[in-house]
Amino acid sequence: MAKSQIELKVNGKSVEALVEPRTLLIHFLRDQLNLTGPHIGCETSHCGACTVDLDGKSVKSCTIFAVQANGADIRTIEGIANADGTLHAIQEGFREMHGLQCGFCTPGMIMRAYRLLQENKNPSEEEIRFGISGNLCRCTGYQNIVKAIQFAAAKLNGVPLQEAAE
Amino acid sequence: MIPAAFNYHRPKSVQEAVALLAELGDNGRALAGGHSLVPMMKLRLASPGNLVDLAGIGELKGVRADGNDIVIGAMTTQHELIASNLLTDKIPLLSETSLQIADPQIRYLGTLGGNVANGDPGNDMPAVMVCLGAFYNVTGKSGERRIAAREFYKGTYLTALETGEVLTAVRIPTPAAGHGWAYEKLKRKVGDYATAAAAVMLTMKGGKVESCSIGLTNVADTPLWAKEAAKILTGSSLDAPTIKKAVAAAEAITSPASDARGPAQYRTKMAGVMLTRALDRAKSRARG
Repeated sequence: MAKSQIELKVNGKSVEALVEPRTLLIHFLRDQLNLTGPHIGCETSHCGACTVDLDGKSVKSCTIFAVQANGADIRTIEGIANADGTLHAIQEGFREMHGLQCGFCTPGMIMRAYRLLQENKNPSEEEIRFGISGNLCRCTGYQNIVKAIQFAAAKLNGVPLQEAAE
Repeated sequence: MIPAAFNYHRPKSVQEAVALLAELGDNGRALAGGHSLVPMMKLRLASPGNLVDLAGIGELKGVRADGNDIVIGAMTTQHELIASNLLTDKIPLLSETSLQIADPQIRYLGTLGGNVANGDPGNDMPAVMVCLGAFYNVTGKSGERRIAAREFYKGTYLTALETGEVLTAVRIPTPAAGHGWAYEKLKRKVGDYATAAAAVMLTMKGGKVESCSIGLTNVADTPLWAKEAAKILTGSSLDAPTIKKAVAAAEAITSPASDARGPAQYRTKMAGVMLTRALDRAKSRARG
């Protein structure tokens, strides 16, 4: 089968590449661009470890072909830190609130939280839980992930969160 | 998991897509949001030689009022249905249903057209469309036709859509102002298909049901329109004995499979429970 030429933006950089149509976006990111932050968890559209931001949407990159992302603007966990190299508020939240244990789900969780906070600057606990319902974590029990996102929302809104991690 | 190889096409218009699909025949599949088809391809349960991606066709997007109907482009995503003010205002049943489909990531890409055209009895929108009396606009090489949702579903993955045809839009008669609605879905976890689900749309006048329509999800090989149950309820005040009779009539038309979601008998009973809850909620929302 003929390869397709695609042009897209990944973490602010223009990328041109040849891909087989059947190449999934997650494989393109990991194997061709060497962006191994997005993880392959379940490979069946359930776990959300492969979540990336695509044109303002959180998508599971295991369930979309790279050719479908032709022309898209993609952000992965590698492109989330601030321009000066300091951690993004969500990353800081995960560190401060112990929002991770093994860390496998974290890149997907953070990318999903990133879009959630773009759409809802001050989500309630319930809205956070509903908003991350497409991301599975088998370690934390979610409690501290919710707190990490609350920490990030508070920081981005300029009202630091006083509550501690559990 | 790597799907079988295929050729990728990205037409710019419905005409172009239809011409391509007609030429490809059984070797081509239309790709909408891809959240049913791509998982199937990864499992090699589907291996089309060609994918015709509809994402580049602008005319397939959007929600608009057209006379007494609301017309929704097939490529409108669940996320866009939830965000649509027109739908929240006129057919809130659609956002209520969309919010119960899969998870946020999947709703960003999953489309209404894909959901209704797929023919999977586990999809939620078909029963809602059957409940609302929707029509599907379908374009093929020989032109356009309109198919009633209530006549569209023939069996599991079997619909009135013919090879080479594309479902382009869903046309829904705008429900009366003040109507009551509910979609009640029992599922084991986020992202699961329904064990059983019920869609209800009704209007009340002077405390009595003036009109009523009921759709059931995933308790047969097609979505079900529970006509008899709705008939029993019409004219009643939705009192407990009448609801019981209607629920029994709805349960009687189900024929679910026994699977990981439970034995058939349980799923039939759950369809009844979902219907009871949906009626209760629709009643509480109806004015008149």
